[in-house]
Amino acid sequence: MAFVTANWNPLGEAFYRKTELYEMGWNLKDGLRDCLLAAAPYGGPIGKSELTISLFKKIYIHIFITSSCIFLSLQWKSGVVRQLGWTVCDDLLCIQEDGTVLIYDLFGSFKRHFSMGNEVGQSQVVEAKVFHSPYGTGVAIVTGASRFTLATNIDDLKLRRLPEVPGLQGAPTCWAVLTQDRQSKVLVANGGDLFILDYTACTAVNPPGLSPQASSIVHMCVSFSYKYLALFTDSGHVWMGSANLKEKLSEVETKVRNPPKQMAWCRRPKSRQPSVVIMWDRHLLVVGEGKDTISYHLEDDSILVPEMDGVRIINGTNHELLQEVPASCEEIFKIASMAPGALLLEAHKEYEKESQKADEYLREIKEQGLLAEAVRQCVEAAGHEQEAETQKTLLRAASFGKCFLSNFPPELFVIMCRDLRVLNAVRDYTVGIPLTHTQFKQMTVQVLIDRLVYRKLYPLAIEICRYLKTPEYQGVSRVLKHWACCKVQQKEESDEVIARTISLKLGEAAGISYSEIATKAYECGRTELAIKLLEFEPRSGEQVPLLLKMKRSQLALSKAIESGDTDLVYTVVTYLKNEMNRGDFFMTLRNQPVALSLYRQFCKHQEQDTLKDLFNQDDDHQELGNFYVKASYKEKRLEARVAHLQSAVDEYNKAKNEFAAKTTEEEMRLLRFQKKLEEEKGESLVGFSLHDTLRTLLAVGLHKHAEQLYKDFKVPDKRFWWLKLTALAEKEDWEELEKFAKSKKSPIGYLPFVEVCVKHHNKYEAKKYVSRVTPEQKVKAHLAVGDMEGAADAAIERRNEGEISTILSRCSPTTDRALVERLNRAKSTAAKK
Amino acid sequence: MAAHLSYGRVNLNILREAARKELREFLDKCAGSKAIVWDEYLTGPFGLIAQYSLLKEHEVEKMFTLKAGRVPSADVKNIIFFVRPRLELMDIIAENVMSEDKLQPPREFHILFVPRRSLLCEQRLKEQGVLNSFTNIDEYILDLIPYDGDLLSMESESAFRECYLENDQTSLYHTAKGLMTLQALYGTIPQIFGKGECARHVANMMLRMKREFAGSQNQILPVFDTLLLLDRNVDLLTPLATQLTYEGLIDEIYGITNGYVKLPPEKFAQKKPGEGGKDLPTEPKKLQLNSAEELYAEIRDKNFNAVGAALSKKAKIISAAFEERHNAKTVGEIKQFVSQLPHMQAARNSLANHTSIAELIKDITTSEDFFENLTVEQEFMTGVDTDKVNTYIEDSIAQKDPLIKILRLVCMQSVCNNGLKQKVLDHYKREILQTYGYEHLLTLNNLEKVGLLKPQLTTRNNYPTIRKTLKLWMEDANEQNPNDISYVYSGYAPLSVRLTQLLARPGWRSIEEVLKMLPGPHFEERQQLPTGLHKKRQQGENRTTLVFFLGGVTYAEIAALRFLSQMEDGGTEYVIATTKLLNGTSWIKSLMDRPEAQIL
Repeated sequence: MAFVTANWNPLGEAFYRKTELYEMGWNLKDGLRDCLLAAAPYGGPIGKSELTISLFKKIYIHIFITSSCIFLSLQWKSGVVRQLGWTVCDDLLCIQEDGTVLIYDLFGSFKRHFSMGNEVGQSQVVEAKVFHSPYGTGVAIVTGASRFTLATNIDDLKLRRLPEVPGLQGAPTCWAVLTQDRQSKVLVANGGDLFILDYTACTAVNPPGLSPQASSIVHMCVSFSYKYLALFTDSGHVWMGSANLKEKLSEVETKVRNPPKQMAWCRRPKSRQPSVVIMWDRHLLVVGEGKDTISYHLEDDSILVPEMDGVRIINGTNHELLQEVPASCEEIFKIASMAPGALLLEAHKEYEKESQKADEYLREIKEQGLLAEAVRQCVEAAGHEQEAETQKTLLRAASFGKCFLSNFPPELFVIMCRDLRVLNAVRDYTVGIPLTHTQFKQMTVQVLIDRLVYRKLYPLAIEICRYLKTPEYQGVSRVLKHWACCKVQQKEESDEVIARTISLKLGEAAGISYSEIATKAYECGRTELAIKLLEFEPRSGEQVPLLLKMKRSQLALSKAIESGDTDLVYTVVTYLKNEMNRGDFFMTLRNQPVALSLYRQFCKHQEQDTLKDLFNQDDDHQELGNFYVKASYKEKRLEARVAHLQSAVDEYNKAKNEFAAKTTEEEMRLLRFQKKLEEEKGESLVGFSLHDTLRTLLAVGLHKHAEQLYKDFKVPDKRFWWLKLTALAEKEDWEELEKFAKSKKSPIGYLPFVEVCVKHHNKYEAKKYVSRVTPEQKVKAHLAVGDMEGAADAAIERRNEGEISTILSRCSPTTDRALVERLNRAKSTAAKK
Repeated sequence: MAAHLSYGRVNLNILREAARKELREFLDKCAGSKAIVWDEYLTGPFGLIAQYSLLKEHEVEKMFTLKAGRVPSADVKNIIFFVRPRLELMDIIAENVMSEDKLQPPREFHILFVPRRSLLCEQRLKEQGVLNSFTNIDEYILDLIPYDGDLLSMESESAFRECYLENDQTSLYHTAKGLMTLQALYGTIPQIFGKGECARHVANMMLRMKREFAGSQNQILPVFDTLLLLDRNVDLLTPLATQLTYEGLIDEIYGITNGYVKLPPEKFAQKKPGEGGKDLPTEPKKLQLNSAEELYAEIRDKNFNAVGAALSKKAKIISAAFEERHNAKTVGEIKQFVSQLPHMQAARNSLANHTSIAELIKDITTSEDFFENLTVEQEFMTGVDTDKVNTYIEDSIAQKDPLIKILRLVCMQSVCNNGLKQKVLDHYKREILQTYGYEHLLTLNNLEKVGLLKPQLTTRNNYPTIRKTLKLWMEDANEQNPNDISYVYSGYAPLSVRLTQLLARPGWRSIEEVLKMLPGPHFEERQQLPTGLHKKRQQGENRTTLVFFLGGVTYAEIAALRFLSQMEDGGTEYVIATTKLLNGTSWIKSLMDRPEAQIL
């Protein structure tokens, strides 16, 4: 513990510390000399390419993780690479001399390429920079013709050719990319002149208070947040200020005049002072506000990797982090610090030694009311320490302090413990992501999981998701999906094996989209595997679009049917209809009754002719018959209608539906008959039912024609009698009615005669028929004509209790008293029987 | 506004509120003033979710009916089409959009599909070249609409026809989706029972959808214990019979649509002294019918023969309440009386309305014809002479009574006889075609396809066995103080409800034989609940069962289920859901095909 401050160096107000992250395990023959090197921020991977170009030597690009385990070597066969860089998704960008940018993934497989513009061709890329902004990863180049071209987001490529810089010939002395006002700009120095290039203009700018001794700006760098700018002049001065060039922070003389190899801002959120790290061949200098500087000697060729809270220094043997000591660490560990956190740490130490001093320290903090602050400091400081032991000591102290606090929210402590556990896991040299806590918080767990996934560290990613209790959808399931997408690309394994492995592993996970995995398999040209994987997709609906894309339309159809979503079925059917010839299309439908009936529905409303074809192909004569019947009603000419009906008859016959055939023939006969009669007699009849035709004929007195119809159409006697009875009553042709009643014995009895007459308000006529009514219906008949006495006689004669009751209910007790008595008597005798 | 939805065992207002919220969200998506162009069929169901006031709050200034041609001019920023996903409607919309006046300031177009958006329709709009004219194309998932505190309906008028006649299972997909929505709000239903092909299909889709949503399971304590899915074609008989409950008769005679009934106005004329009834209203009287009205809730499910007594009892109570005013002596008492006045007046109005309705219905139920019709129905249901041509039917045809009445009777005879002898069937068919016109051949064909009419293929008639085992006919049905569900048809206990009743106690295992005679499979499924959501039932706490009628349900069946819910030792309370509220007439009508004949 005593050594915590051993690597601290004071600079003005603050301290700086350089901590070793890893010992580099890359066996580099030539160190980092003569090669291109690019390392991604947030502890990302490193790419290295050999610069030497010779005709006989193979050129390799190596990809390392930060702990330098070699990840992969890639033999370079393409053009001359000017610059390497990393995208936010950990893809490697190789920017070639001719302006082509090639993109490789972490595992060295080629993903795609794009060009920075045709005009680059002859003049060639002189220098290139890869930059990150909220809009993604960008690329900027400058050509031999001194022109800049810029793309803000390589995933949504829009090339911007920037205006010319006046007086610039060849490459500029130095330049940098800025992101300001939601636009990417280039800051260029040409000798002593400084320009800002945006999409439309080139503006000359002057850094306020730049030392007059300087005649040329030889190096520049922009801070991680694009807020600050540092310029190095040929006079050995470092100017620091805001990136908008409105404010100067400080200017320091370094007494070194030759241009530095690299320069980087070394800030952290809530930094105490602006500071820049400047690197020459073997010399590293930290420059702050004051005249003092910190100077380090470098053993080896190194590169600087700017981070949001410090600078990483990588060389052939070491990987270090240089940063301003965070406030909480400084408070606690600064020699003779009396800050509450420092006292708490001390108290805990004494407590472990079982010394009563622990109590004294604790009292001191408590008396000032700073215990909560002390705990907070310890927790925070633990987050900033790399050593697990130091972290533990601080957390133990915090936990100890917490015991003496009531109502101290536990989240801070718990979350920090969890975070550190995750961070220590990913910092492990086998993983090699040296994230600081500040970076981790900025980047979020989601992104960390993504990055582990890019590195195919699936088990670790899953462990972390489970440990942090990330919801399955965003956590475990997502990782598993990526794993499966990667698995399907393993060409050496058979489709069956892969499908089985995937289903076994993913079986239990919630919310997995198998269709996405299948899409990936399909993109890799493994259609069979894609189909197998789709089988596991629980959402049939999701399977359909991919199946259609793979031209498995039959399968798509059955999946659509399985989903129950009829709209989806329609969609596939329409697709099939356009894709197949009619015969095949119909055959396909024939095997899928659900789709067929849906398509029929569609045709019924939209394509009548297709409907007919469908029935035809199925030999569905019954439906064809119905189809013709329907069609017949649309015809305005009799012949056409009859012709359709004839077709219907033929179909019904084929369908062995004798009844339908016969009745349709009848219909044709009726139509012809109606037409003929209409022409002869001028009565409008066509379209009437047989019943209505007869009725009309009877009403107008065409009795003979009615008789003829009655015989021709074998109308049952009963109905004909009813018809004639009502028709005559309606006409009030009582004479004819009486004649009709006497013509022969009525098949419907005579009660209807009574009732129909009463209905037409002719009780006189009605009474004529009462006597002819059968005994069972007599009571009803008498009642209908209002003859209570008669009804009573009939009922008593029949000794029918029910009928007697009915009459009783109709009698009024005052007027029909005698009758009521008689009925009651009869009722009781009937009941006795 | 919709308080009656929350009185039941399950608070269905949650569902309504969810639907309202979604509607508001959509309306707010279309910023600025708007006009709605309605698919006319949707206005009724929508009225149950949101009144005009809600729409107005969200800047809806005009409403039009979807018609061919041009959308009427209205000074609004947005035109929103509320439509069902039907191709013919898409053509109209396309026409509307294309004939928009180019000189007027441009209006933004939006489509809201109810209940679901459709690729097919969007494709159609694309073909018509208007798809890009729409700023928003969205769906408004309105599957199950709360009609009352214990009643949900999808009001999909052609659901039965589509499922059983046209083999189009779209409405079943919507049913399954609707049940998923319901489960999202009321928790996973642990037990699913079902009978029938469609029930099986819906259950399968539900289980599949549950798998699809795995991982996003809700953590709601289940409100429903059981779901029972019943195919309408398991019980074709019940809707054919004339309903004899008060609500059932109102529906049979006047038809209830979306909770409203239109009645002949004469009986409702306000009798004001001096005006001497000089101008009788000619507009039909429109009344809303639901359990928000206390009196209606009391009498709706009674057998009509018991309604008179209930009304007169109510009349006495109300007039006694009004008499109270004479007893009110102190200022405090008078104040209390006055405070009750609005409630009492509402009760008196309600009483007056229902007395009038009861009189209207009584005129019909006491008619000879109604009686004879009922007698024949009951003969069929008890199995009397179902194998012969029925004289009453013949006579009714001969007198050309309404065709639907005839079809209901013939179908009923066929169902009760497990098909008619070929000769009998052909005779009826011939009589119908000759009397009502040959075009009805298509309708008869449809009825045969769905199994309402059929030739008897075997001499075995299952119906008597089913009737006896399930006790579908109760000789001594008590209409006044019922002790069995058979009161709703004065003797006939609806098969569907009997199945429901037997499922609760003693379980379907006891009637396996009968279940096998009824069409379609019967099944049971269980849905796993997340641990911790298993309900601990209190002693004596009732179970809640959701009964879903696929293809429609009648008011009498609903009444029977409500009766079961209220039975003291029943142990189960029912919530009813269906694709459509129907009666025999509307049902048969939906199955008819009437080509419109051109005049020759």
